[in-house]
Amino acid sequence: MTKKYEITIGIECHVQLSTKTKLFSEVDNDARGKEPNSCVSPVDYALPGMLPRLNGEAVKFAIRAGAAMNAKINARSRFDRKHYFYPDSPKGYQITQFYSPIIGAGFIELPSGKKIRIEHAHLEGDAGKLTHYDTYSLVDLNRVDTPLIEIVSMPDISSAEEARDYCKELWRTMVYAGVTNGDLYNGNMRFDVNISLKLPEAKELGTRAEIKNLNSFRSVERAVEYEYSRQSKLLDQGEKIVQETRGWSDATGKTTPQRSKEAAQDYRYMPEPDLPPLNLSSEFIAAEVARLPLLPHDYRAKFRGTVPDDLIEILLDYPSLSARLAEVEDSADKKIVKRLANLFSSVLLAEENASLLNDKLPEAPQLIELCTMLEQNELSSTAGKEVFIKLFEPKHAAKSPRDLAKELNLLQENDSAALEALVASVLEDPATRQAQADYKAGQAKVLGFLVGQVMKASHGKANPAAVSEILKKQLA
Amino acid sequence: MKIADKSTSAVSLVKAALDKAEKYQKTHHIFNWLNQDALRQAEEIDRKIKNGEPVGRLAGVPYAIKDNYLSRQGETTASAKILTGLSAPLDATCVEKLEAEGAILIGRTNLDAFAHGSSTENSFFGPTKNAKDLSRVAGGSSGGSAVAVALDIVQFATGSDTGGSIRQPASFNGVFGIKPTYGAISRYGVVAMASSTDVLGFFAQSAADLDLLMSITAGQDAKDQTSLPDFYGTKDEKLEKQKLGYVKEFMESPALDPEIKAALEGKLTLARSKGFETVELSLPTLEYALAVYYIIQPAEVASNLSRYDGIRYAFRSQKGKDIASVFSQTRSEGFMRENKRRIMIGNFVLSSGFYDAYFLKAAKARTLIIDEFAKAFSKVDAILTPVSPNPAFKLGEKVDDPVSMYLEDVMSVPVNLAGIPAVAFPAGETKSGLPLGLQLLGPRRSDKNLLGLVEDLC
Repeated sequence: MTKKYEITIGIECHVQLSTKTKLFSEVDNDARGKEPNSCVSPVDYALPGMLPRLNGEAVKFAIRAGAAMNAKINARSRFDRKHYFYPDSPKGYQITQFYSPIIGAGFIELPSGKKIRIEHAHLEGDAGKLTHYDTYSLVDLNRVDTPLIEIVSMPDISSAEEARDYCKELWRTMVYAGVTNGDLYNGNMRFDVNISLKLPEAKELGTRAEIKNLNSFRSVERAVEYEYSRQSKLLDQGEKIVQETRGWSDATGKTTPQRSKEAAQDYRYMPEPDLPPLNLSSEFIAAEVARLPLLPHDYRAKFRGTVPDDLIEILLDYPSLSARLAEVEDSADKKIVKRLANLFSSVLLAEENASLLNDKLPEAPQLIELCTMLEQNELSSTAGKEVFIKLFEPKHAAKSPRDLAKELNLLQENDSAALEALVASVLEDPATRQAQADYKAGQAKVLGFLVGQVMKASHGKANPAAVSEILKKQLA
Repeated sequence: MKIADKSTSAVSLVKAALDKAEKYQKTHHIFNWLNQDALRQAEEIDRKIKNGEPVGRLAGVPYAIKDNYLSRQGETTASAKILTGLSAPLDATCVEKLEAEGAILIGRTNLDAFAHGSSTENSFFGPTKNAKDLSRVAGGSSGGSAVAVALDIVQFATGSDTGGSIRQPASFNGVFGIKPTYGAISRYGVVAMASSTDVLGFFAQSAADLDLLMSITAGQDAKDQTSLPDFYGTKDEKLEKQKLGYVKEFMESPALDPEIKAALEGKLTLARSKGFETVELSLPTLEYALAVYYIIQPAEVASNLSRYDGIRYAFRSQKGKDIASVFSQTRSEGFMRENKRRIMIGNFVLSSGFYDAYFLKAAKARTLIIDEFAKAFSKVDAILTPVSPNPAFKLGEKVDDPVSMYLEDVMSVPVNLAGIPAVAFPAGETKSGLPLGLQLLGPRRSDKNLLGLVEDLC
């Protein structure tokens, strides 16, 4: 359905960096499962006289994140203070990069091939967390000054689906770049979506609303859809859109106003006098860029033509699988890569094996050997899956798939004399007499039943194709 | 510096200091807190001396800290109600270094709350009186420290100088004071006033003592990323045949007290007799320094004071009913009038729409001041100027006239904006017996050379 109005969307995304320590102190940056206010230093809770100390690892992560977005890394950047009073902000200001960000213009290429331009991205500290109760509120400062990069896109996004695809691709890019844990449920990445509508012939963009703090791809998509219907209804009725900040509720599926532009705060930005400007040498930047691992588009380029496109996209959701597959791709031929992709998808992405994804994957040489055995009919596909699953068990993890298959007595029977004997014994079984008669009477379908009986007798080890040929010969 | 040794015990030094402190506290109101543990610490030093253990370059030396230095000893109040009740869990880097050398803390000295002021009258605990005249101000903001050294209670005291807060009280009370190069001493653990001009420094009774204190406390600190790589005393900086400049605009200023002018001319004559070449300099940009300073400094002050909201430590008003009123009530009751004035000015110059016209323009003018000093120091090795245009004024004289109080800083703030070092030193007295002080300015990192020159001129 073509829509009456064109949507223009720009997205700001906050990415929590998974550095060891905080952006401005030596305190543990990983507060998962820890007591409130236990990962807080005097610098973080803003004791007087405390000074921020820029974490070099966060700078390195920012360089990597920037390079992953095809962005220019600015050799010189600076920090600024953004002032506001709230108990989640112990200093009374956030240290950010308002005037001179570390990451310049870049782009994210969507799987569709469309490029969404990045305006800039900057380093800043996160705020603490408040929990409100009836008559009081509790403050947890564990998250204070967790390093963030805020990535600001250009208004290049033009549909709800594209907004979702952009967020997902950005998430993948950051996770593959190794700069964030990417745990959306715990707010590792949060999206602010700016949406405006206009008639196709209109030259100027419409007034925008900003939907704050979305933390899933689905809610980004739904919020944009909701905003389209809300704003288009208003426009249809000749009403004006108010420039404002809105919140999204997953439960109601609606956005509601939070703050209008008139009530917008004046942040009184000021250069941060406690931190000298950040000057990065081109060697330092180059060394960090060189550390960038393979990114989603690199994997697509590697697998395209070998693995079906939709399976590539599924595997990209699992960085460890894509990485192992790429490793295999480096030293094995396409058939093996394709087999392994299918094995990953049929075993690991099946509900009942989901827990295996948390375990250590078998090594590339093991996987190559396993897929080669499958390719050469040394293992049936059922036996192959079994060997694959067993390789996750610590006691089997170091074994070669061939040894393991032998040990489990799963090697496929290809010896034709042995197979002929096996077939003959099945045909002598009175239980197969009726089927033999039906086959001879022209019911070709029953051959499958007979093959199954032979396979059963072989405990799954017989090569079904060979069995089928022998059966046909013996029944002819 | 008189340090404890086999002939003089630390206990006797500390006991004398404590006795004097208590005596003068009644008349001059110098300390916000006195260290009841000092004698025990002195005994510890004496025990080490007796056992032949190492005791450090300041063994048993009684000293005082300005009450904006964090230390595990006593509460750090910055003479502000809003910080009352704050027991710091750590020591400022500077305090740590002094105590590692065996210095013994006698007390915390009074200041204008958050160092906002030039008289120590803006203290929540009341004013400190001038060492020589109880009807006059101690100067400020490090008034308590200056008086503690002038009255020989302690051998040295720490201060902080954002726009003259060490040099002006030093000159009002007749002691030596150093405002080092910006970044020479780590600011870690000292309550911030205006971060881009704040420096820590000392009061002492001689330039040689200041030299010792600098060699102990200067140096890079990972906890302060604006601290400079070690430079103090890394080379012999005393130059032969130095050129001394003086500033035409200051000498011709109608505000300059004739007795101070005469003292300065006397020092120039002395310098020439000792073989110095003296050069008249014109530094016309300095006229704008005070205006620039009263934009940048309040902006940084407003920002640095944002953290005091009553939520996490120290004073909280009981009148707050929700988050917004806890903030506003705590800040309304906790800050002094002068603190609030600077918060208002600072937030005004930073507000959207005014930033370019005020803060940014001031930042650009600051660069011109830096350049003008750089040019001057291509011609001379040091510049001799008054510290303030007048000797110590009467208590209450300027309290209700903030602009006249700000003018106290007119000759001291250019130094802070440029980040250069300056040493204030006594230069005689007025006919009525008030101390007169002058200061010697040098290029960045010339701190040690300045102290040597001051010795030559005294």
